[in-house]
Amino acid sequence: MATVELKDVRKTYGGRVEAVKGISIDIPDGAMCVLVGPSGCGKSTLLRMIAGLEEITSGTVSIGDKVVNTLGPAERDIAMVFQNYALYPHMKVYDNMAYGLRNRGMDKDEIDRRVRDAAGTLGLAELLERRPRELSGGQRQRVAMGRAIVRSPKAFLFDEPLSNLDAKLRGQMRIEIKNLQRSLGVTSVYVTHDQVEAMTLADTLVVMNQGLAEQVDTPIAIYERPASIFVAGFIGSPAMNLLAAEGGETGKGLKLAAGGTVKPRETSLPDAGRKVLLGVRPEHLTLVSARNNADIEMKVTAVEALGADTLAHGYPVDGDARAGELIARLPGTVRVADGDVLPLAIDAGMAHLFDAGSGKRN
Amino acid sequence: MSPRVTFPNKILPYLLIAPQLVIVGIFFYWPASQALYQSVLREDPFGLRSTFVGLANFRRVLSEPNYINALQNTAVFSIAVAFVAMAIALLLAVMADKIIRGRGIYRTMLIWPYAIAPAIAGMVWLFMFNPAMGTFAYMLRSSGYQWDPLLRGDQAMVLVIAAAAWKQISYNFLFFVAGLQAIPKTLIEAAAIDGAGETKRFWTIIFPLLAPTTFFLLVINTTYAFFDTFGIIHAVTGGGPGKATETLVYKVYNDGFVNLILGDSAAQSVILMVIVIALTAIQFRYVEKKVHYG
Repeated sequence: MATVELKDVRKTYGGRVEAVKGISIDIPDGAMCVLVGPSGCGKSTLLRMIAGLEEITSGTVSIGDKVVNTLGPAERDIAMVFQNYALYPHMKVYDNMAYGLRNRGMDKDEIDRRVRDAAGTLGLAELLERRPRELSGGQRQRVAMGRAIVRSPKAFLFDEPLSNLDAKLRGQMRIEIKNLQRSLGVTSVYVTHDQVEAMTLADTLVVMNQGLAEQVDTPIAIYERPASIFVAGFIGSPAMNLLAAEGGETGKGLKLAAGGTVKPRETSLPDAGRKVLLGVRPEHLTLVSARNNADIEMKVTAVEALGADTLAHGYPVDGDARAGELIARLPGTVRVADGDVLPLAIDAGMAHLFDAGSGKRN
Repeated sequence: MSPRVTFPNKILPYLLIAPQLVIVGIFFYWPASQALYQSVLREDPFGLRSTFVGLANFRRVLSEPNYINALQNTAVFSIAVAFVAMAIALLLAVMADKIIRGRGIYRTMLIWPYAIAPAIAGMVWLFMFNPAMGTFAYMLRSSGYQWDPLLRGDQAMVLVIAAAAWKQISYNFLFFVAGLQAIPKTLIEAAAIDGAGETKRFWTIIFPLLAPTTFFLLVINTTYAFFDTFGIIHAVTGGGPGKATETLVYKVYNDGFVNLILGDSAAQSVILMVIVIALTAIQFRYVEKKVHYG
């Protein structure tokens, strides 16, 4: 148990390529911090620096108030779960889990007790004599988890541990990991590109882009108030609608680049002429009965009826298809067809405005 | 189960494997059957007549002290060559795996010796260690060591082992490098996090995972030491001094083509064939059990 603290951590390869450009995060004891971002954003590099598998170019990584920059991976007292599980193929499940303990010269009986405890917790008791290749993907994942928990390390590091599993198993393991992490109370850093995992697992969510942390906050806060266009587009599925617009005359709302004006309720509007991006999540567009009540009208070009929801794809009717795509998430009971024009209202206070130049929240 | 590929054409598959079958037939089965046939015949001194003698050739060969000597030499020679060639190749491969800059150059340089013909490899070592003119022989002697492979059998043996192993190192190196690359890097990292130091990682993770490669090379190296080292021995010692470096293959050649005792020579080749078949079978049966094909 320990806190994990990153201070202005940077990674430069060969003196030129900057993979991580100065990240500072404080992870409280027992919390789960999720690093999310597109591939190549530096999230895995950051995790590997915490693990001690990559050198830290500058900045400090502390685990339990102790700077670990110069320590090797073994001395940092962390455990890591890899994407491909990295189980030792020539060892039985038992030996896979005992390996780290044996290397630390632990007493035989204690090793046995710990391995059997962990196996019990993870439902692996029957599988201890098997070899990794005789296990299913989910079981291998569990063994990898087991190998991490027997050590009772100061921190768990997860490197996309669920991405090799099928969708159903992934959902199940996600909940198991969450419960396990909660009950053990071990500080964890979890890397993923899957935003569902990010939203559900994180106490602290770090959205990374091009080596920088775009936003660090709780998942809900990030969903409700994305700090930049990147975060807005990355968190939430389907992605947030982003329409180019500029401030209209006082009291007149926003002039959409696609044509027409919008006046979102409970939103402070920018000065006249200032270029912004209007962001509205698909789930915050509501179908209204009368055109007068509509903030925006959408011409439907494609419909995905998912049962629970209906996703309507289209564009603002005053503009054309290139001016900006719109997606609305409507109740599953609503029947829409291609070519329909839907009057949509933006839910009160649910419009996001971003500066068109900097991409930051207004 | 992957679906079986079927060819609609009945003749084509046979046609496609025919060249290989012809080669194996002409260069293996034909001479092998000739050896079998010759091994139960005895020729008169002028090669005019041959008589069927049953297993008499085998009995005589096996009771001959020179043959037992060759058998012992072969055992020492093969074990030493396989061990030395594989151990050094593995060491080099592990070292080369750590190099990041100039990796390709190192590998290429280490692979080159394989392109050298056995007889030439033998000559190189002979020149280096020839007591009369060899540079290394001179250095050995001036450091006080009694180096004379022309008179001392054990030194001659060391010399042919070194030459034979040296030539095989490149080949083994190539396979070990490939084997090392096939081990996922995350396994090594996981072991590092699990607190295993570099030496421990090698013996508990890397070496066991290299077992398929090691096993394959063991078979190849043994066969190499048995058969393909003729050229080296011929060039370096010619089986001498005395018969200190005469291996089974060398004796087959000597008795058959130098002394022209065809029946004995054929009987020896048949025994050699049986030994190699037995060795390979044992290796596959027992060693492979401990091999993990990841």
